Amino acid sequence: MTSSDAIVIGGGHNGLVAATLLARSGRKVVLLEAEGEVGGAARTHEFHPGFRVSSIAHILNRLHPDVVKAMDLQRHGLTLEGRAMASVALGDAEPVVLRGAYGEMLDGVPASEATAWKELRAQLIRYAGVLTPLLARRPPDLAGMPLSEKLALGGIGLSLRRLGREDMRDFLRMLLMNVSDVLDEHLTSDALRGLVAFDAVLGSHLGPRSPTSLVGLYYRLAGEVGGVPGGQMLPQGGMGGVVSAMAASAAEAGVAIRTGTQVARILVEKGRSVGVGLANGEELRAATIVSAINPRTTFLDLVGSRDLDTGIVRKVQNVRMKGNVAKLHLALDRVPDFSGVAPEDHKGRLVIAPSASHVERAFNPAKYGAFSPEPVMEIVLPSLSDAALAPDGACVLSANVQFAPYALKGGWNEGRPAFQKAIMAQLERHAPGIGSSVIASELLTPADIETRFQMPGGHWHHGELQPDQMLMSRPFFGAGGYDTPIDGLFLAGAGSHPGGGVSGVPGMNAARRVMAVTQ
Amino acid sequence: MKTYDAIIIGAGHNGLVNACYLQRAGLDVLVVEKNDWIGGAAVSRELTPGFLYSNCSYVCSLFRPEIMRDLELPKYGLQVIAYEGGAVLTQDGDYLASYRDHHAHRREYARWSARDAEAYERYARDVTRQCRFIQPLLMRTAPDPMSFRPRDLSELAYLGRKFAGLSAPEMAEMLRFWTMSISDFLDEYFETDVIKAYLALSGIIGTALGPMSPGTAYVLLHHYMGEVDGSVGAWGYARGGMGAVTQALADSFRASGGTIRTEAEVDRVLVRNGETKGVVLAGGEEVHGRLVVSNADVKRTFLKLVEEKELPDPFLRRVRNFKIRGSSGKVNIALDSMPEFPALPKDSPCLRGDLHFTDSVERMERAYDDWKEERWSADPFLDMVIPTTLDPTMAPPGKHFMSCFVQYCPPKVEGRDWTDADRDAFAETVISQIADYSPGFRDRIVHMEVRTPRELEAEVGLTEGNIFQGELTFDQLLFNRPVPGYAQYRSPVKGLYMCGSSTHPGGGVMGAPGRNAAAEMLRDLKRPAGHMSEAHDVI
Repeated sequence: MTSSDAIVIGGGHNGLVAATLLARSGRKVVLLEAEGEVGGAARTHEFHPGFRVSSIAHILNRLHPDVVKAMDLQRHGLTLEGRAMASVALGDAEPVVLRGAYGEMLDGVPASEATAWKELRAQLIRYAGVLTPLLARRPPDLAGMPLSEKLALGGIGLSLRRLGREDMRDFLRMLLMNVSDVLDEHLTSDALRGLVAFDAVLGSHLGPRSPTSLVGLYYRLAGEVGGVPGGQMLPQGGMGGVVSAMAASAAEAGVAIRTGTQVARILVEKGRSVGVGLANGEELRAATIVSAINPRTTFLDLVGSRDLDTGIVRKVQNVRMKGNVAKLHLALDRVPDFSGVAPEDHKGRLVIAPSASHVERAFNPAKYGAFSPEPVMEIVLPSLSDAALAPDGACVLSANVQFAPYALKGGWNEGRPAFQKAIMAQLERHAPGIGSSVIASELLTPADIETRFQMPGGHWHHGELQPDQMLMSRPFFGAGGYDTPIDGLFLAGAGSHPGGGVSGVPGMNAARRVMAVTQ
Repeated sequence: MKTYDAIIIGAGHNGLVNACYLQRAGLDVLVVEKNDWIGGAAVSRELTPGFLYSNCSYVCSLFRPEIMRDLELPKYGLQVIAYEGGAVLTQDGDYLASYRDHHAHRREYARWSARDAEAYERYARDVTRQCRFIQPLLMRTAPDPMSFRPRDLSELAYLGRKFAGLSAPEMAEMLRFWTMSISDFLDEYFETDVIKAYLALSGIIGTALGPMSPGTAYVLLHHYMGEVDGSVGAWGYARGGMGAVTQALADSFRASGGTIRTEAEVDRVLVRNGETKGVVLAGGEEVHGRLVVSNADVKRTFLKLVEEKELPDPFLRRVRNFKIRGSSGKVNIALDSMPEFPALPKDSPCLRGDLHFTDSVERMERAYDDWKEERWSADPFLDMVIPTTLDPTMAPPGKHFMSCFVQYCPPKVEGRDWTDADRDAFAETVISQIADYSPGFRDRIVHMEVRTPRELEAEVGLTEGNIFQGELTFDQLLFNRPVPGYAQYRSPVKGLYMCGSSTHPGGGVMGAPGRNAAAEMLRDLKRPAGHMSEAHDVI
């Protein structure tokens, strides 16, 4: 039996961040990863000989500056160039192009609409800015907080006050609104409203008309790249490039990374976690266990209901985590030509969501376990910005497609071909001829994501990112502040506050919590 | 020329409650009503000889008992008859009953699922806890979080203390509950679809939301906070139809010296130098009053009755952005005999309660999908009651009045106005659904009145036919209702107040907005309000 100070379960980006920060604090840390390489859902893989793509997350838009700094990622090879990648709304007419950070400039709309957008964008970024400080700290503790925490929260209250009275009134009114109504109050362009509505609901089981869907947009706008709020970029080498920098930082900090090591259970003695048992029978001991994997797996599979209160088991089971996004990868023999889109803009993010009501209509079937016959999607062609991802002259297409419910009626084995056909029909409409340029394809449904990445429900965020599963209720109340009902066991994954996306924040906050409560 | 102390626009239940309280405080009050009948959406109308129709609102439960007592409504003839429960008839010919008797209720749930019968205990406890927190807020003016006035600060402190009185898990549950969908909330407790469908309906009635929309769990509370005879969550019929509520209010009002003028439609509110001076009626007649209170919804009041130049821009913008999409219709039917529902046991007490046919949350949500596309639901959700099973005064002996609330029904049909042909097709959708469960139903129909949002707006004056005078979503609740900065019944025009369901705490025949508005007005007049009971906390 070997022993260390802390064991981190799961080598995804959050696990790497947590392990590195703990190691830097002088602890002896072991990181256990089930797969042959670290990265989790933030890897780059070769899906066809010569064609490589970011496995799940494909755009970097919220890697937290504190994480970049604390891990020294830029010294370890991370570049944050090209962080104002354009977004293109492919509509029925001329595309609308958002340039700069989330549309600082706008092409393809009349001047009046551009002005209205400028005001709305400023308002949204201002409001998201009020919420941003909540992300990089432990959520408020309802049972009482030390003075320092109270003061920090008071600071957020003050920044709200600084908005001014009328702005603050609008902030409070809009906070839980649906994104569609907000857009209708300001804008008229279908394509623009479609794109923003799509962004607000991407990754969640909500339509643009669902109350609270604006929160999703705030979550996105609370992210930044290299100090630019609302910025986005394609990382060099795909998302695996980011993870390589993290792994290098972890190694330098002295983290012992063990890949190919599946944890079978968390050892609990008298309500306290004391180590882990591996699938091969080996046992590792440590006073601190940090689980950077899915919370349901952590509690139900690794801890087991025997060591948990009934109420806790019920809460874990009630966490909603059914994914709704599929990932499509295409190996193309040439660069596709999206109608009306300038060659340079093909390097941007292309969004097929012709109107907010189209997005809503695409959402409807997902409520009943069917996929959208006319799905909406976000497309990137990463090989245009990083030639190493595809052979010469060829091209990689990577798309996040909504809505693809995890629990598809009839199952995904049966539904997959029809869904792929529906996606290709949408692509063909906007890039005629693209179908004939496909050399190979890979469609990851939520069911595939579940098995391939060990993410129950195939959900990006390890749990719906909706207000009732946020802050101290993420993943559930009782495990909301990274510590859990089991002494010595901490959570550090996207299932914890503030949620998913390649931000590194749950890992960072969890490490800070561990440092605050253990020696 | 006479100058009244206060003029109330609209003789709906909130207008009358407001009028009663003001008159009893010693003011000289006039109520003006555009129709030749009073009651707004709480009326009983004899639309065919011998039958009284509760043709808008149809059950009585939310009406605050404090108001009933303050205004002595039982003395003026109001009687509320509690009913037993209800049933959902399922497509496969079975039913799920709901009884007021706890044990009978539990046994019925256990017939469907032992696990759900067990879960119901937890569910009832948890929902009651949520109600207990919210209920006292109904009869208090929402504090303005942006204000530093002592009163707002002390109200905020009251809320803070109330919240702090909860345990941490209770606080977390509450915060979570407020933004959940009723469907997700019920999924945490129950496994049986029909049970979830039955319980989900309180989360959507009157809203422009589906059971899967976040926020509908809160709407459930809005419908649970009623009580009949001290029995919380119970529902009842007003004897003589819903008009009995407003008739009793009107009688109480007149008895204390107030005046009601019917067929007196207000054309606009008279404003001079930023101050309210009275109203101008449709014929041009000016009626003077020191204060004016509008029972109309906030859009109708400020976009139609007050001139734009009297209102500040941010206020106008917010009023224009107020969401008031109608979502329901009504089919009122006179029957020459009691309809049969073969699925139910003979003489089931459920026949005296509310009946539904929507046996799954999915069907309910699909009905909502139609509404989003501006169509009435092809498979609508119906809430039917036959009040004549308990109240013989509403129909000739042996005959019955049936009220059929229908959701969803859009304010416009695919972008255009409703036509008579649309209305008839809508009614046919409803009748054919009932006929599927009740053989021979069509032959029993003596007379039928069909009300779409078009009729509700034209007759009762509800903008877009929204029965709550504004949607019940977070952005339009508490200090945001009707619009931020004006949630305390006052308006930007001095002397002009609001008292309709557009204001806190919202719709339903509750009377709380009317009462709360009166409290604020008396405060402004520095008059005592000793005749006004404080909100009690019974749960």
